[in-house]
Amino acid sequence: METPLFTYTLRLADNALVLGHRLSEWCGHGPMLEEDLALANMALDLIGQARNLYTHAGSVEGKGRSEDDLAYLRDCPDWRNILLVERPRGDFAFTILRQFLYAAFMHPYFERLAASKDETLAAIAAKAVKEMAYHVRHAGEWVIRLGDGTEESAARLREALEDLWPFTGEMFEMDSVEQALVDAGIAVDPAVIRPIWDETIAHVFGEALLTCPRDGWMQTGGRRGEHSEHLGHLLSDLQFMQRTYPGATW
Amino acid sequence: MGAVLSFPPETGDAELAAAYAAAASVCDPEVPVLTIADLGVLRAVTRGQAGIEVTITPTYSGCPAMDMIAVQVDLALEKAGITRRKVSLSLSPAWTTDWMSEAGKEKLRAYGIAPPVGKAKGRAALFGVDEVACPHCGSAETERVSEFGSTACKAHWRCRRCREPFDYFKCI
Repeated sequence: METPLFTYTLRLADNALVLGHRLSEWCGHGPMLEEDLALANMALDLIGQARNLYTHAGSVEGKGRSEDDLAYLRDCPDWRNILLVERPRGDFAFTILRQFLYAAFMHPYFERLAASKDETLAAIAAKAVKEMAYHVRHAGEWVIRLGDGTEESAARLREALEDLWPFTGEMFEMDSVEQALVDAGIAVDPAVIRPIWDETIAHVFGEALLTCPRDGWMQTGGRRGEHSEHLGHLLSDLQFMQRTYPGATW
Repeated sequence: MGAVLSFPPETGDAELAAAYAAAASVCDPEVPVLTIADLGVLRAVTRGQAGIEVTITPTYSGCPAMDMIAVQVDLALEKAGITRRKVSLSLSPAWTTDWMSEAGKEKLRAYGIAPPVGKAKGRAALFGVDEVACPHCGSAETERVSEFGSTACKAHWRCRRCREPFDYFKCI
């Protein structure tokens, strides 16, 4: 039986690793050299956050699982990331808009998690919040540039928004696992983040001439281990070495 | 919390002083002109249960140089003849460019990297700095090319006066 703190830490870690992996897929394929570097840098930040979180999850669980065990030796149903981060990388507009939607949520989230009663989570969050500030700024600037750019860039951004919006609701999902931790002063209540996120989104979308879609039906399930087929393909790439050569180190 | 640590601790402990000198001499593999003491990555050198205990902290969560720095610190201690030792990583308090020494900032500039401008908690860190002096010609006529540069800790800038591109050590 998973403890709430293990599940919670794993959810944060899986979000960071899966999105970090998606960003790393751009390495060598960025639309320009500077952007290639930027995407790889953001991937590095997320993978670093994931490493810290997995190490903590492993120690919370107390079964001796390392960060590598958790990253490389779990199959789809055991992953707890939100569906938003496992969507295939799409075009640059899709990638940058997703990064913006995620970072605009995680930045204020980590700000509050830095005051968590769990000291390790607080320390990880205090580091990560500085990194997410850069992600919000960088991705936000690109959303504006694309939205208020050419007909082509604006059309692609609008299309990306239509595709991504139904996956944003899961960031704010609450369940008994997290409620218990919120009550204990360990986890952050996503409802507190909602108005901050709404404001950031409204501000940047206003500059980007983007209309915020009305909230409709939201696709969820990832946090409970119900994933799309895309995660399996991502894991087959991410976990290839450990699956092929179990225990390999270098 | 958060001040540049003053080393070495004056305890009259010769081995501890030697350990500090050895650890403080390790350079950042990505920015070889700076030692980990200049950077503020070296957080503590103390005597504990495991012998000499050295604590380091990463600049960014995913800084790939951390593992290498830990190995180099361990090697430096070995060379200094310290057999009972432990190198550990600490995330809290989170590293900030405010811990970089003035000597370190000067070394960065001389190496061609613009040092962080202002304090991490300042407005400039949050909303971006307007003025970063070119480390080559000193001109303030510079512009940001990208928020991200050759390593996690740097941004990519260029000088409009001397036309040279340069790295700017981000203020966090």
